Amino acid sequence: MGFISFQSDAATPHQTAAAAKEPRGISTILATARQSLVRRLTLTGQWLVTNMVPPLVTIVLLLLVWQILCAKPGSSLPPPTAIWNDSRDLILQPFFDYGSQDIGLGWRVLTSLQRVATGFGLAAVVGILIGTLIGQSDWAMRGLDPVFQVLRTVPPLAWLPIALAAFRDSRPSALFVIFITSIWPIIINTAVGIRNIPQDYRNVAAVLRLNHFEFFWKIMLPAAAPYIFTGLRIGIGLAWLAIVAAEMLTGGVGIGFFIWDAWNSSRIADIVVALIYIGLVGFALDRLVGGIGAVVSRNTAKN
Amino acid sequence: MSRFYLKLDRLSKTFTRRGVTSEVLRDIDLGVEKGQFVSIIGHSGCGKSTMLNLVAGLTQASTGGVILDDREVNSPGPDRAVVFQNHSLLPWLTVYANVRLAVDKVFGSAKSRQARHEWTMHNLDLVHMAHAKDKHPSEISGGMKQRVGIARALAMEPKVLLLDEPFGALDALTRAHLQDSLMQIHANLRNTVLMITHDVDEAVLLSDKIVMMTNGPAAHIGEVLTVALPRPRQRLELATDPAYIAAREAVLKFLYQRHRFVEAA
Repeated sequence: MGFISFQSDAATPHQTAAAAKEPRGISTILATARQSLVRRLTLTGQWLVTNMVPPLVTIVLLLLVWQILCAKPGSSLPPPTAIWNDSRDLILQPFFDYGSQDIGLGWRVLTSLQRVATGFGLAAVVGILIGTLIGQSDWAMRGLDPVFQVLRTVPPLAWLPIALAAFRDSRPSALFVIFITSIWPIIINTAVGIRNIPQDYRNVAAVLRLNHFEFFWKIMLPAAAPYIFTGLRIGIGLAWLAIVAAEMLTGGVGIGFFIWDAWNSSRIADIVVALIYIGLVGFALDRLVGGIGAVVSRNTAKN
Repeated sequence: MSRFYLKLDRLSKTFTRRGVTSEVLRDIDLGVEKGQFVSIIGHSGCGKSTMLNLVAGLTQASTGGVILDDREVNSPGPDRAVVFQNHSLLPWLTVYANVRLAVDKVFGSAKSRQARHEWTMHNLDLVHMAHAKDKHPSEISGGMKQRVGIARALAMEPKVLLLDEPFGALDALTRAHLQDSLMQIHANLRNTVLMITHDVDEAVLLSDKIVMMTNGPAAHIGEVLTVALPRPRQRLELATDPAYIAAREAVLKFLYQRHRFVEAA
């Protein structure tokens, strides 16, 4: 791989120089284009090999070990081959729809994601606002931080009975559980980010006489963006944890309820497939928020 | 009514931290005329930065006050624009946007959109930074950042320009370039400037008046030297000018003979 890449790297500048000197024939242009295409493909190939092969090898090994451990008759959990036989439709077709409870896992994940979006979106807005207020006041920080530190350790499921008692309905209860689980890291990280805004920026704002609103939009949010996105990233992870727990108890069409339903009808293979779905979606959510954070705060950290 | 444009009137500042009170500045009296370039020089820790912060309004005086253009000032404002030692550009904004933020805030209602754009570009031109207007602060050198900091301050059209060791963090060659730029700007615009520095050559080269501070605690103005060198001043010609050498010697003597900084030895 390395050798091929070296060769094409060396050839391209030569080719371009030659093309610039002589009148450009069609063949020269084609050759240059082919050269750069070859180089790009080589680089892509290299990237794929270094980044995709190790995880693929790991996955194959894991499946093999799993197969060996669970293949013998009377085993309590199904091996990968059994899962493939039992739940092939769930794996291959995320978006089938054969009736009220007989739908693809893609639909279920989307329903769950909708709930997470509402609950987490609310938590993000409220969390950033509260965090900003707390970060600006020593008193509020000292008074509220211990309370938050205690509340944030309460597991998602523990909030559910309280929520059900308060809302007397399962749907707002599920949203509340997501909201209350994911809001703490957002508040705490935002507050820390606001407290860490350099005095220099505050001085600039003071000399310019920025009002509170301008200060919030033009200095606070961008300066604290890296911290805020750390909080949001932890928050989205917790929200995704909470959704499954909440849906198991409140019912509906989400992925969490599907697992509970599968357990009650002894479809172990379906549960395994659902777990993989949840893992992949959680991973995607984490990367999504992390990626947005990296783009938004790309110029904040450096100076 | 005083004849001074900027007047520091019996200014004192004491800080209290954990029950311990320390007096930083005592009875500072200083007058600056319109268009004058005044430097404040002293050893580190003598409270010269505190003095600038008092004028900027970023710190409140314990007693006494600051009068600018016949009005007392005690809170920060764009009429006393500050060029900070570490440039303090907002890293998430481009060079242009950093200056434009100040222009929009100060002239938001007075100038049209187009005029504000032109004023921003004009000030970037003054410091020769128009070519880098779309870069972020992290992409330009320290000297360039400080140029943008100066452009931002100039763009506010301040009554007095406050410079807090503006070239302290720069290498000698860059510093000389920026000093020349600053002299040029001062010659054209006739700004009133108050500059903190610890560089004797810089003070003599740029200033009409050099204010020498005694060491803290309770620092006060030890001596004020008027630098009567004609403008425009040329760095190379001055090197052998007797008046320049005499001024330089006077400041050095004050700093290293009469007010030696003991802890620095």
